[in-house]
Amino acid sequence: MTDPSHETIKADIDANDVVLFMKGTKQAPQCGFSHRVAGVLRYLDIDFKDVNVLENEAIRNGIKTFSDWPTIPQLYVKGEFVGGCDIITEMTLSGELDSLLTDKGIAFNREAADKIREANA
Amino acid sequence: MGETMTPVRDSIEAKLTEAFAPEALEIIDESEKHRHHGHGIEGGETHFKVVMRAPAFNGMSRVARSRAVHGILKQELAGRVHALSLDLTGTQA
Repeated sequence: MTDPSHETIKADIDANDVVLFMKGTKQAPQCGFSHRVAGVLRYLDIDFKDVNVLENEAIRNGIKTFSDWPTIPQLYVKGEFVGGCDIITEMTLSGELDSLLTDKGIAFNREAADKIREANA
Repeated sequence: MGETMTPVRDSIEAKLTEAFAPEALEIIDESEKHRHHGHGIEGGETHFKVVMRAPAFNGMSRVARSRAVHGILKQELAGRVHALSLDLTGTQA
């Protein structure tokens, strides 16, 4: 851990149950993949912190080595890396995301999650 | 050896085939869908979707499967490839 940005990243994921590292903000995503994941989290009424990597080049690069994951967005729940856009999408549709959130004690709107699945069935 | 029109795609296909011996592999160039980003790279080959089924993925988590593919395509991801969408499955349910 020589990259100083890793300390900032660690502090963010320690201080917040759900953190999304994304391009743009949850109100104004700047990339389709970030838009999709932020949209799912908002639709499920999940309280999450958004970290806009476009505002900080050190975090933008540092998060890739921190997570050993080359792309953005990246979702952390209770300090654990969950995945990027593909994985969050798959887990939402399969119900695995519901299980993960329940296991981790994160409040979310299960009816909204069911609605997403119905719409994509 | 003729010159290919899709060097990045071909390289991805060759590397994944060698590394994972997939039962099924589909590589879709989605660059056209993302033209509006204006990343300024002529000739596309910037956004790909890979759908692959391989015995190597049996027993691996989603994150582990993706990391394995990221590792093999490190060079592409560090260069021209801006987005790589992955749909990776094992051969066992």
